[in-house]
Amino acid sequence: MNQKENRISKTEKKLENVSKTVFKDWKYAPSPESTEHVKIAPRYDLFINGKFVKPESKKYFDTVSPSTEKKLSEIAEAGEKDVDKAVSAAKNAYDKTWRKIPAKERAKYIYRIARMIQERAREFAVIETMDGGKPIRESRDIDVPLAANHFFYYAGWADKLDYAFPKTNPRPLGVAGQIIPWNFPLLMAAWKIAPALATGNTVVLKPAESTPLTALKLAELIQDSGLPEGVVNIVTGFGKTGAAIVNHPNVNKVAFTGSTDVGKIIQKAVAGTSKKITLELGGKAANIVFDDAPIDQAVEGIVNGIFFNQGHVCCAGSRLFVQENIAANLIEKLKERMESLIVGDPLDKNTDIGAINSKEQLLKIQEYISIGINEGAEIHQSSCALPNKGFFCKPTLFLNTSQSHRIVTEEIFGPVLAVQTFRTIEEVIEKANNIPYGLSAGVWTDKGSKIFHLTSKMRAGVVWANTYNKFDPASPFGGYKESGFGREGGLHGLSAYLTI
Amino acid sequence: MGISYFDDTPHVDQVGVEERIARFSTRSIKKTSKMQALKLALNMIDLTTLEGKDTPGKVNQMCYKAMHVCNQLPELPTVAAVCVYPNHVKTARKALNGTEIKVAAVATAFPSGNSTSSIKLEDTQFAVSEGAHEIDMVISRGEFLRGNYNFVFDEIAAIKDACGKARLKVILETGELSTLDNVRKASDLAIQAGADFIKTSTGKIQPAATMPVTLVMLQAIKDHYKKTGKMVGMKPAGGISTAKVAINYLVMLHETLGDSWMTNEWFRFGASSLANDLLMQIGKEQHGIYQSKDYFSND
Repeated sequence: MNQKENRISKTEKKLENVSKTVFKDWKYAPSPESTEHVKIAPRYDLFINGKFVKPESKKYFDTVSPSTEKKLSEIAEAGEKDVDKAVSAAKNAYDKTWRKIPAKERAKYIYRIARMIQERAREFAVIETMDGGKPIRESRDIDVPLAANHFFYYAGWADKLDYAFPKTNPRPLGVAGQIIPWNFPLLMAAWKIAPALATGNTVVLKPAESTPLTALKLAELIQDSGLPEGVVNIVTGFGKTGAAIVNHPNVNKVAFTGSTDVGKIIQKAVAGTSKKITLELGGKAANIVFDDAPIDQAVEGIVNGIFFNQGHVCCAGSRLFVQENIAANLIEKLKERMESLIVGDPLDKNTDIGAINSKEQLLKIQEYISIGINEGAEIHQSSCALPNKGFFCKPTLFLNTSQSHRIVTEEIFGPVLAVQTFRTIEEVIEKANNIPYGLSAGVWTDKGSKIFHLTSKMRAGVVWANTYNKFDPASPFGGYKESGFGREGGLHGLSAYLTI
Repeated sequence: MGISYFDDTPHVDQVGVEERIARFSTRSIKKTSKMQALKLALNMIDLTTLEGKDTPGKVNQMCYKAMHVCNQLPELPTVAAVCVYPNHVKTARKALNGTEIKVAAVATAFPSGNSTSSIKLEDTQFAVSEGAHEIDMVISRGEFLRGNYNFVFDEIAAIKDACGKARLKVILETGELSTLDNVRKASDLAIQAGADFIKTSTGKIQPAATMPVTLVMLQAIKDHYKKTGKMVGMKPAGGISTAKVAINYLVMLHETLGDSWMTNEWFRFGASSLANDLLMQIGKEQHGIYQSKDYFSND
């Protein structure tokens, strides 16, 4: 030991005469993505039967950019009559064309949509970022490529359903009513539309009211693709519009991604009907770090788990469990890493964390932050400056929390991480499962056997080991308990749209 | 055994490291920030010639280049150091007399390190007596890989003693260590044994410097700094030949260790062809057009 310490002291010796060029405060160059190539119409109507039609309701609402608070466009609000038109168009298309054409022809259309998304990737990425506030780095590198991949993946299955489900004579259900959230607007539309089309169903889709633009752009793309009229219909509006879709008698299948509260309402509404249903709802995932974890990569995984898409992710790793003997070290590393996150203009390529999706959501997050403070949890926020305009929130940690804190048990859907410590594997499994949700979880350890032991005990649909927030069209995704039921993605995602 | 060198050595996950690396290359570095970065990178270069055919003439030419990287372009910094074999240290010191440019010497039976400890010590002492400011030593990879950590530690410590005032760079030769876990272990070992700098490679083995390896080493430096308050320098060497890659390394340095390390006192590029690409990019920033390679000297 003496020798070791002796060496260390020798490095302290004054070093002389080394030429110095210290670059204080080296700043990255601002690099906002151009919006000039993007066409956003001043007003969008409903996409029904292959055409954009004015709403019977005659009502329009504004969609604003959460990073500038400027109005981007006016969006039609579909009423019951409009929904009825859309469902009728979908039913008609199902009966007359889509169920009849050969499966390999269906595949061709879906492939075409996938390729066209790739061709217009930049436009989609920019609009996604303008309308939803997520950083361009994510919309460009994750949302849009994954959306195209979902269409590619399911196009491949379209003419192989008999092989996917042998000896079952799989048949489509009819009209699928699909309601999607605002956190991944284009990607969720792809998750819903691609398997529905591949299995021979037709679609009435409602995007979220705060982020309708990329779904409407997708409608334009679908129009250009020559997909038969009425196979995909996109109606915009609020909860009422969604309710009209769910309650429509000619809808055979309801697929919903969104909050648990709304999911419960939908499940009640379809009770006693023959409608098939899948729900992908909220989550409050445990991200578990053991003392033998690759610690620097775990820090990255924690950051990616909670700050990806401003924490607007149903599978966000919003509850961090750290083994007590490494907690101090890990938290210090995490705090330091948070300082290097760039929060700001989502269109800037350097931005790591963009704008909160809406004012309403920002208020909700801020309310939870004050709840956390009032509950006595220790708050830590990154020291970054926030832009003056727009809806932004600093990356936030709550330390010294417990399962009894509201910020630990309730879904915040923002960049807010609740940190707890644990001592043993049994303890952390119990705590991780001690929640009404069960969508996802993460585990960080270098020991393979520990991973398998833990994953088999987790009541969560997805468990990531030594990584977080990884998505692939071939991999099924969905929840346990109040996080919903049914799976999207992979083979499982097909079965939700078939009578088998 | 007795001593455990790796009590605080964390595991390293390759996939996670690569994911982090991917983010460094997407930062936007242009205009002012690019010019700053290009000049800084130039100022961090250890201009190197390590060949059997090195002669005083070749070393003198390289030293002239070190002082005048490109006289046609105004306001350029010099490189940080020249790096030569011990028998060329005297020539280099003479050529660089009166400048701030350091002379680094590779020692300890470079590049394989396969010799006796006494020969390695003598090699080091000779280089120091000839006036080397910095010693680039290689670790005994064979001993490291067979788990003989005490041997590796003691050898580094002994060389450090022999360095006197000269700064010691410890070359891990990561291309022979096979895993990032080993890279991290070797980094911790070298730092504890007294390294002033840790360095990736000799340049004689492929792969030489890579961003994942460098990130793991930077994290070892960071953890040591957090624990002891002492800074250790970093030198990726070999394989960094373009300005674009060098800038990615600077982004990594910036986001991992921060501004205090953004100086050639604490970060070096071991490279010879990098300088000309940096010059070409600086020229492009100043004149708006690329010049032919023929306008830049190959010394």
